[in-house]
Amino acid sequence: MGYEYIGITVLWVFLYGYLIVASVDFGAGFFAYYARRTNKDHIMNKLISRYLSPVWEVTNVFFVFFFVGLVGFFPDMAYYFGQALLIPGSIAIVLLAIRGSFYAFESYGSKNNSVFMFLYGATGLLIPASLSTALTISEGGFLNVTEDGVRLQITELLLSPYSWSVVLLAIVSVLYISSMFLSYYAHRAGDKDALSLLRRYALFWSIPTIIASMTVFIAMSQHNPEHFDRLFDYWWVFGLSVLFYLVAVFLVYSEKLYGFAFIAVMLQFLFAFFGYGVSKLPYLLYPHVTISESVTPDAMGLALVVAFIGGLLLLIPSLVMLMRMFLFDADYIKGNK
Amino acid sequence: MIELDSVMLSRMLTAMTLIFHIIFATVGVGVPVMISIAELIGIRKKDKYYSLMAKRWARGFTIIVAVGVVTGTAIGLQLSLLWPSFMQLAGKVIALPLFMETFAFFFEAIFLGAYLYTWDRFKNPMTHWWLSIPIIIGGTLSAFFITTVNAFMNTPAGFDVEDGVINAINPLAAMFNPATPTKVFHVVSSAYMTSAAILATIAAVTYLVKRDQEYAKRALKLTVTATLVFSISTAVAGDLSAKFLAEHQPEKLAAGEWHFETEEGADLVLFGTLNDDNEITGEIRLPKALSFLAYGNFDAEVTGLDKIPDDEEPPLFIHYFFDLMVSIGMFVLLISGLYVLMTYVKKWNPHNKLMLWALTTIGPLSMLAIEFGWVYAEIGRQPWIMRGFMKVAEGATTSPNVGAMFLLFFLLYFVLGIGTLVVLRKMFKDHPAEVELEHLYTEVGKGGER
Repeated sequence: MGYEYIGITVLWVFLYGYLIVASVDFGAGFFAYYARRTNKDHIMNKLISRYLSPVWEVTNVFFVFFFVGLVGFFPDMAYYFGQALLIPGSIAIVLLAIRGSFYAFESYGSKNNSVFMFLYGATGLLIPASLSTALTISEGGFLNVTEDGVRLQITELLLSPYSWSVVLLAIVSVLYISSMFLSYYAHRAGDKDALSLLRRYALFWSIPTIIASMTVFIAMSQHNPEHFDRLFDYWWVFGLSVLFYLVAVFLVYSEKLYGFAFIAVMLQFLFAFFGYGVSKLPYLLYPHVTISESVTPDAMGLALVVAFIGGLLLLIPSLVMLMRMFLFDADYIKGNK
Repeated sequence: MIELDSVMLSRMLTAMTLIFHIIFATVGVGVPVMISIAELIGIRKKDKYYSLMAKRWARGFTIIVAVGVVTGTAIGLQLSLLWPSFMQLAGKVIALPLFMETFAFFFEAIFLGAYLYTWDRFKNPMTHWWLSIPIIIGGTLSAFFITTVNAFMNTPAGFDVEDGVINAINPLAAMFNPATPTKVFHVVSSAYMTSAAILATIAAVTYLVKRDQEYAKRALKLTVTATLVFSISTAVAGDLSAKFLAEHQPEKLAAGEWHFETEEGADLVLFGTLNDDNEITGEIRLPKALSFLAYGNFDAEVTGLDKIPDDEEPPLFIHYFFDLMVSIGMFVLLISGLYVLMTYVKKWNPHNKLMLWALTTIGPLSMLAIEFGWVYAEIGRQPWIMRGFMKVAEGATTSPNVGAMFLLFFLLYFVLGIGTLVVLRKMFKDHPAEVELEHLYTEVGKGGER
């Protein structure tokens, strides 16, 4: 197995990790704001802030890790995506910057400032929308590649049903993943009021999530039939995804095993995400970039893999420590520490 | 008039991001060192003032780190968005430290989260102190990795080029290129120095407005002593950097020193201005000093700009930035040295008005010196983005939208800058140290603050 497969697997795992932790974070921001507007913030905002405070910077690193790794393993992506994504990429940076810094301003500085809360809630939905553009573009059909460089055809992008179906899926799955996680977190904290509210959000958002997923399939069949056909080679992967979706919704509906329910959510997205990823290979960007042609020279590939293993050996124990301190420390969750 | 094409605009946008980011990055690397020292002194001397100092600095630090993280993310992405061809080429050789920097930062972020939320959670306070060490290591390693990438742009190494194709790649040789040792030393040392100096400025202002004087006195003693130590090491690093330039990047040294003719026993030109015929006027000339600075030998030969092809000559105005950087460094060294001296001589009062006023300037001045130093380093590399291999114009994006993005980011940095100032002011203005100390004593037993 060449470095291109190791590289893409590592990157895809990290992007998946970002998808989960960032969704929890993005959705939480939206729910906090929504609760504020509907005067329910006393029920759950304390819970949300106790979860978010220690982990938000960690979330951001997943994202940085992904794009630095992408350019590292596949330098050609810098050339194509760098030029094509100037505008959507810059908008995403600005939104991420506003979100990250205003979160810090709000939680360490001026408490409960409405403008900060609004920005935090709004960016939580806009960031997934803008980041999902990168995946949309990678399906091909939106770039004009010439001698002078690579141009993004923005009108095509804005008029494409596929593009909008991906945006829709990104937003609703953020809300679904987040409310599923927060239900579990509220359950752990023994916070009955927050749990009953968040559980209802979770059940509500589960419906648009499955509808939006189907919509993406349909739009894909129009936009990139080649990739659509390949999706069916992995039909069982998507089948497993739907199965875990049903398990998660059933568990939350019957008000038990919230921990398992969230694990089922993670598996649901794991299978869907990897099914999508593996069916897309060997392409990184239809039809210009494939993993084997764009992979970095062997010496660098080896160095990156070694660095990656070394880094994991350092990070995993540290992350376990952080999680034991905050996420899974029952006293901390309940607010006793 | 400079033409605002996408190359120029890409340079401007990158420069703006870096000028803004470096403020937060510098503090992010240096302040954990000071927090850690203060906490340790507080535990050892059982002096609540030092413990409070560590807490207050850490609280301000969170805001700075947050802005540092988001602007760091911005520059990380902008490298690919604005310099796609450069990243495509250089990525094959120098991606390793960029990749490892993410790990270093990840490591730092994890322990920072743990550190900030566990002040009173451990029975033995030393357990909490130990959490500060990985923060320092993570921050300094981040600086190290990123600086190696910049060093690589100045003295590319670790690969061969045959017919325009890169091969024989050695990622470690690229990372440890000739510019790496001196550059890392200079960057890390000056970050420590500047962070200490900024905290000294804050303490001096606190003392001058007659608030929390007991607290401010201790803070001054600690921060100014640290400033002195780190400004000495920064001066040493600067000297080594000059010697490195003379050897490996002579055009940058020559342009910075206005050294036109290659000669033995070269004079050092301080200050002065250039007229239209490139003649220097109003300068201070130290005979043979440039030779000494470059090689430790008054008669050594120093390469001048006459040996550099005209189209590879850096702009000459960098001389002003070099002089300003060095002057500030010397000034901060002198002021902090004088203060430390005064604290040791019983008869003298180090907290006299004049001394305190002087101390209020060292933080902002040190930060300016860092900015000037980077302007010198970056403009001094022109016209290259990767010296000898790729010019800036070849590396830039061809997108026509860079101008609009420049405005967008200008707005972003403006908002972030104002936000940071407002929040920091609010954080400390209504919470003087004395009040907080009393609060702290009454809170003990209840588990303290979050």
